[in-house]
Amino acid sequence: MSCCGGNISADCAVQSTQAGDRQFLLAEELERSARQLPDGSSQMALSVPDIHCPACITTIEKSLSAIEGVANVRVNFTTRRVTVTVKPDADVALDIVRSLGASGYPATPLDLSADSAPARKESAELLKALAVAGFAAGNVMLLSVSVWSGADGATRDFFHLVSALIALPAVAYSGRPFYRSAWRALKARKVNMDVPITLGVLLATGMSLFETFMGEHHAWFDASLTLLFFLLIGRYLDHLMREKAGAAVSRLSRLAARGAAVVGADGRIAYTPIDEIEPGMRVSVALGERVPVDGVIADGASDFDRSVVTGESAPEALRQGSRVLAGDLNLTAPVVVEARVRGRETFLAEMVRMMEQAEESRARYRRIADRFAEAYAPAVHILAALTFLGWMAWTRGDWHLSVMTAVAVLIITCPCALGLAVPVVQVVGSGVLLEKGILVRSGSAFERMAEANCAVFDKTGTLTDGQPVLIDTNRIDLRTLSAAASLAAASRHPYSAAIMRAAESRGIDVTLAGGAREHPGHGVEAVVDGRRVRLGRPDWVAEIAATDGGSAGHGSVAFAIEGAPAASLAFRDRLRAGAVTTVGAMTASGFPVEILSGDRADVVHAVGDALGLADSAVHGRLLPEDKIAHVEALKATGRRPLMVGDGINDAPALAAAHVSMAPGSASDVGRTASDFVFLRPDLGAVAEARRVSQRVLSLVRQNFGLALAYNALAVPIAVFGYATPLIAAIAMSTSSMIVVLNALRLRLGERSRRNVVPAFEQQAPEPAE
Amino acid sequence: MTNLLILIPVALGLGAIGLGAFIWSLKSGQFDDPDGDAARILLDDDDRPGS
Repeated sequence: MSCCGGNISADCAVQSTQAGDRQFLLAEELERSARQLPDGSSQMALSVPDIHCPACITTIEKSLSAIEGVANVRVNFTTRRVTVTVKPDADVALDIVRSLGASGYPATPLDLSADSAPARKESAELLKALAVAGFAAGNVMLLSVSVWSGADGATRDFFHLVSALIALPAVAYSGRPFYRSAWRALKARKVNMDVPITLGVLLATGMSLFETFMGEHHAWFDASLTLLFFLLIGRYLDHLMREKAGAAVSRLSRLAARGAAVVGADGRIAYTPIDEIEPGMRVSVALGERVPVDGVIADGASDFDRSVVTGESAPEALRQGSRVLAGDLNLTAPVVVEARVRGRETFLAEMVRMMEQAEESRARYRRIADRFAEAYAPAVHILAALTFLGWMAWTRGDWHLSVMTAVAVLIITCPCALGLAVPVVQVVGSGVLLEKGILVRSGSAFERMAEANCAVFDKTGTLTDGQPVLIDTNRIDLRTLSAAASLAAASRHPYSAAIMRAAESRGIDVTLAGGAREHPGHGVEAVVDGRRVRLGRPDWVAEIAATDGGSAGHGSVAFAIEGAPAASLAFRDRLRAGAVTTVGAMTASGFPVEILSGDRADVVHAVGDALGLADSAVHGRLLPEDKIAHVEALKATGRRPLMVGDGINDAPALAAAHVSMAPGSASDVGRTASDFVFLRPDLGAVAEARRVSQRVLSLVRQNFGLALAYNALAVPIAVFGYATPLIAAIAMSTSSMIVVLNALRLRLGERSRRNVVPAFEQQAPEPAE
Repeated sequence: MTNLLILIPVALGLGAIGLGAFIWSLKSGQFDDPDGDAARILLDDDDRPGS
């Protein structure tokens, strides 16, 4: 981690003490999140997103085990986590953080108590149920095959008895996820797919038991077990998909601070969890950190990147007394912020509340499978009842035969293929999208994405990539650019970074100006050959320049050597790669696109023009409330908006929209609120997600069609009393196979597509005017 | 019939052993870090099984 060139050693010393503070805070946080083990030692977990190769495992495990007091270190390569067991009374948190920092792995403490333990437990439960169902189904099927191939008399009865002994505990154990879900639905006076499943499985088992003890011909144990086995496969796949996406999302870096460096009355800095911050506390915010709590600047001045909070793209210079919001990124100098609210009442927390309210409206969304089940389940049950009545009338009251036939109808129609129809396609679809760098966070996201009929984009960080670019790089003469770059090298301001990039693109070898100092809120100053040189705000630079360089409007910066005329440098937002093609293709296909931004109207309209959008579709200066109101208004007119956004201020609108999408660089709340997260830099991901979602939906519909076609064949056989366990077994497995194979077509189609390089991949970032 | 009385328990027993082995491996955390285990086998200096 050598960041120091020779002549900025003073700067570097400041930065390294700040890095020390940061490590100190991390260590405190790590200690608080530790879990006590029964033997007195404690266990800590860290998320280390940078683990990327097997060698990292050795490096981390070796360096951490070398620390005195560390009992055990285990790197989990799959989840990118490190679990450290610490001996009792050893105080090693700081050493752990330091050691990781020194080996170049930035780490974030994980709260073990708030871990995703329930989800993991549920997945292990499902897997165990699946294993039991598979074991039982296989063995019972072996016995059933012997019965079908002619076992008779006592042998058949014996086989049925053994089957019953295997099947009963297995049905009781493996079926629990379905029974629970069906029970919940019935309690809420609703019907879901699990109701006919539960009914079918339990009736098949019960009836087979009866048949076994009566010494009859047909036992359906294999049917109920294979049904459970197939359905559990679908359920497990579904679970696995969500867990994978969840883990991948949580692996992305965290924006919101969980704690803050509170400056005590004696000037000492103590780590305090965000919940314990009270109004009046003074919080130190280091360079490159985000403000943890709403407040005012009590000491110092700096530039803040507020894009995540307000959507404003140009950094803002704030002084003592200025208000800051939780989430603002400190760019140029450390400041002390006096909290004005409790930690829990920050702007961010307010956004989360608005988001939760908005999510309630989405909870009412009924998934296609549920809509289908609501029609399917009653139909099947009525059919079974009619069969029973019909047979009672036909046989003049033969109870046994009538009940048998009715139950056979229920078993045959039990939605095995229907249960698999949706999850298999979703799992294949999310796998396909994962390869394209898009994470799917919920199963119903595909359906909602395919149904969307208008799009709403946020600007800063979504349509633009949040990095300003220097306009007319080639017009600026080389000497000016080189001199400006040598000042810019001393600053972390985004405009400085843009100047450096511009200089590099023209082949300038940037050397840092000696003694360059950053004046927060103004710019950078250095003394070269006895003359002052300034790069920064035009009015500040004009103080030393011979002439005013003239302000070039939004986002302009001036550069001057003392006594010489000032040169003006202007910046603009850079559009995200693929923004023009994606938005263009959407509007061309009659898909209305709008921009909702918190940034200044002129900046937003400039981006709108670059994307070819009408002025009426571009809205600037919007508060989070306005964004959510706009989305709600669209929904009120019957539209189903797709919202793409990244900021904290977008989160409520993301949650309110019919379906939402966020870039991987988005704020935590933004990512949590959205259904899709794309990890690649270009906006083509939006079009891609839409296209795959539409294919997923059409495959789901096809699968429902296939399952219904199978029912149309099998139901008459069952109604007229010709269904046997053998027919049920053949029908059930073939229909499930067909549904799974149909779902796999999605992957085949994508594989042949991959040979065609999509247009956006060849495109360089497009600058906006 | 007598051979069935022997063979069926044998078949079931073998199946149960497999099922038990799977559940044991699940419980003992062998599926917790599949990528890591795949990588660790290639690391030379780790000659003891993971604790």
